[in-house]
Amino acid sequence: MATVNSVTTTNPVETDGRGVPLVEVHDLRKTYQLGETEVHALRGVSVSIHAGDFVAIMGASGSGKSTFMNILGCLDKPTSGRYLLEGVDVSRLTKKELARIRNQKIGFVFQGFNLLGRTTALENTELPMLYSKTNKNDRDRRAREALAQVGLADRADHFPSQLSGGQQQRVAIARALVNQPRILLADEPTGNLDSRTSVEVMEIFQRLNLTGLTIILVTHEPDIAQFAKREIVFRDGQIRRDDVVKVPHMASEVLKTMPTIRD
Amino acid sequence: MKSLRRNLIRTVLTILGLVVGIAAFICVVGVGKAGSAKVEKELQKLGDNMIWIEAGSRATNGVRFGTRETKSLTVEDARAIFAQIPGLKRMSPNVDGRVQVVYGTQNWNTTYRGVAPEYFDIRRWEIQTGTIFTHDDVERDVPVCLLGQTVADNLFPNEDPVGKSIRVQAMPCRVIGVFQPKGASASGWDQDDFVAMPYTTAMKRIGGTSWLDDIFFSGTSRSAIPIATRQAVSLLRERHHLHPEEPDDFNIRSPEDVIRMQLQSSEIFTMLLGTIASLALLVGGIGIMNIMLVSVTERTREIGIRLAIGATEADIQFQFLAEAVAISILGGLLGVIAGMGASSLFQSTLQWDIKLTPQLLVFSGLFAAGIGIFFGYYPSRKASQLNPIEALRYE
Ligand SMILES: Nc1ncnc2c1ncn2[C@@H]1O[C@H](COP(=O)(O)OP(=O)(O)O)[C@@H](O)[C@H]1O
Ligand SMILES: [Mg+2]
Repeated sequence: MATVNSVTTTNPVETDGRGVPLVEVHDLRKTYQLGETEVHALRGVSVSIHAGDFVAIMGASGSGKSTFMNILGCLDKPTSGRYLLEGVDVSRLTKKELARIRNQKIGFVFQGFNLLGRTTALENTELPMLYSKTNKNDRDRRAREALAQVGLADRADHFPSQLSGGQQQRVAIARALVNQPRILLADEPTGNLDSRTSVEVMEIFQRLNLTGLTIILVTHEPDIAQFAKREIVFRDGQIRRDDVVKVPHMASEVLKTMPTIRD
Repeated sequence: MKSLRRNLIRTVLTILGLVVGIAAFICVVGVGKAGSAKVEKELQKLGDNMIWIEAGSRATNGVRFGTRETKSLTVEDARAIFAQIPGLKRMSPNVDGRVQVVYGTQNWNTTYRGVAPEYFDIRRWEIQTGTIFTHDDVERDVPVCLLGQTVADNLFPNEDPVGKSIRVQAMPCRVIGVFQPKGASASGWDQDDFVAMPYTTAMKRIGGTSWLDDIFFSGTSRSAIPIATRQAVSLLRERHHLHPEEPDDFNIRSPEDVIRMQLQSSEIFTMLLGTIASLALLVGGIGIMNIMLVSVTERTREIGIRLAIGATEADIQFQFLAEAVAISILGGLLGVIAGMGASSLFQSTLQWDIKLTPQLLVFSGLFAAGIGIFFGYYPSRKASQLNPIEALRYE
C-alpha cells in the first residue's frame, strides 16, 4: 500500500487507514561503520503510521529501536530508504527545515528526561518556544497550560532537582507538547520509573492520544505496550511483528488497582 | 547568560586579561594623543621656524659633548651665515651659563642668556611688562636685562621688577622687562628660569669669553630649513678649516629633533604600554576562547537537548557567540574604567594632558566585543556542529 502522494494533507486528524499516512517509511536501512566492521542497525524497515495512532515498539536491546526513533525524529538520516512525514520526503530538507520540523511537528521524550538542570520546570517547558519566535506572554501562558495538562501546574517554579523522577518526566512531556506537535516520540520514557509512576505516564499518553495526538513509544516492558493501540516488534533491525492490540488496557483503571504511594 | 553569573569567579579570572588589555590600550591612545598634541604645542613655543647651531660636536648616539670647551663658534660665523645663506630671516648669537642674581636680600641661582633682540622673535618670547633691549644696547654692551617669570617671582615677590637694579654676579644691571611665562618644557625643565641680556654684555662683563655657545636663526619658511641647514654646515666647515675626515665641531638641530629627543622617553613608555596592551588582549582573547570551549564541553548534553527540540545550528552558534561577546564587553567596560583610572593617575603624576574622548571609550567597548566575536567564533561553531544524538548521550 505505497500511496505516494505529493500533496500534503491539511486535515489535522486523519481517519484510520485513510488518506496520507502521517509517517511512512519504506525500506529504511541504517549502517554504522565501526572501524573494519559494519553494524546494520536497520535492515529494511517499512511501515505506515496514521494520525491518531498509538504505537508501542518492542524488541531486544540493540534491535534498532532507538535508531528508528532518531530517524523518525529527524535527528538522524537513514543510510538508504525513504521517510515521508505528512507526505513530504524528509531527505530533501535542509538542516534548517529539519530543525523547524523538530520544533513544530515532533515532540521528544527521552528515558533520561533530559531537562536543563539549572532552569525551572516552567523555563524548561518554554524552551521549544524560544526557537519558534513566540512572545514572552504567550510562552508563559502556553508553558503553564502544558504543565497543567500533565498535572504539574503547582510545580512551575521548581528546579528538576526538586522534583521526583515521575514529575521530571512529566515536565519533559509538557515540553514536548508545548508547540502542539503532530507526533510524540518517546524512547523508553518509563525505563527509569517505578511501576506506578510508569502507569501514570501512560495515563497521560492515553489522554493525549484521545485528543488526536499520534504517539510512538519504545518500551521493553510488555505491560506498558498493552496501553498502546498497536504493537510493533523489532528484531535485528527488522520488523518481526506488527499487531493491533485487541483490547488496550486503560491506565486510569489500572491506577485504581495500584497502591497509592504518592511521589 | 545565566551560566555566566553562576561561574562568576571563573568569568572574572578570564576577563582579567581583557581588562588589562583594554585599560593599557586606552592609556596608549591617550598618551600617544597627549604626546603629539604636546609636540605641536612645544614646536609652537620653541620658535619660529627655528634652526639652532650649537658649539661642540655631537656623538653618534646624539649625546652632545664638549660644548663648553669648544671655542670655535664666533659672532663672525653667525654674521657670515646670515649674510651668505638664503632662506634665513633672523639671527641671534647666544652665550649662556649659570649665574647668581641678587636683589636686596633676595638671592637666586639661574641661567643667564646673552642674545640679540631677534632672539625673542625666534624663540617666541612675549613681553609681559617693560621692553626689550635694542641693537644700540647690544653695540654698547649696556648692562640691562629681562627676567623670566621664575626669576622675577624669586627676586621680587612683592614688587614690580621693571626699573629696579639687580646684581648679576658682580655686575649691576637694570631690569627693563619681564617675559610672559611659558611653563615647563616637554622634558620638564622650567623654561622661565633665566635672565636675558645683550650678548655683548654677557660676553664682556659676565663670561669674559669671545666665542658663542649657540647661534639661532629663523628660516623664512619651514620648507627652507633643510636646505639652509645643509648650506650652513658646509659654510661653517669651510670657515673652521675642517678636513673632510674630521667631524663637525658644531651641530645643527631643528626643533623637531629636540622635541623628539625630549619625548623619546614617553614614546618608549607608549611602546611598552602598547606591547602590554597587545599581549594582554591576546591573552584575554585566548582566555575567552578557552572558557568558551570548556563551557561547550560542559554543556554538550544541553546542546543536544536544544537541537532535539528545534534549535538550528545558527541558534546554537548565536547563543555561545552572545555569551563570548557578553564576557568580553564586561571585560571591556571594566577595562575602560581601569583605563580611565590609570590615565588620570598618569595625568596627575606625570603632568601629561591625557584626553579621553567619548569616541575612544566607545571604540574600546566595540573593540572588546570584536575580540569576543573573534575568539568566540571557533567554540560557538564547534557547539553548533555537534551531532545531536551523540550530544544527548554525552555524560
Ligand atoms: N552511533 C553508533 N555507532 C555504531 N553503532 C551504533 C550506533 N548507534 C547504534 N549502534 C548500533 O546499532 C544497533 C542498534 O542500536 P539501537 O538502535 O540503539 O538499539 P535499541 O535502541 O533497540 O537498543 C546496536 O547494535 C548498536 O550497537
Ligand atoms: Mg534504545
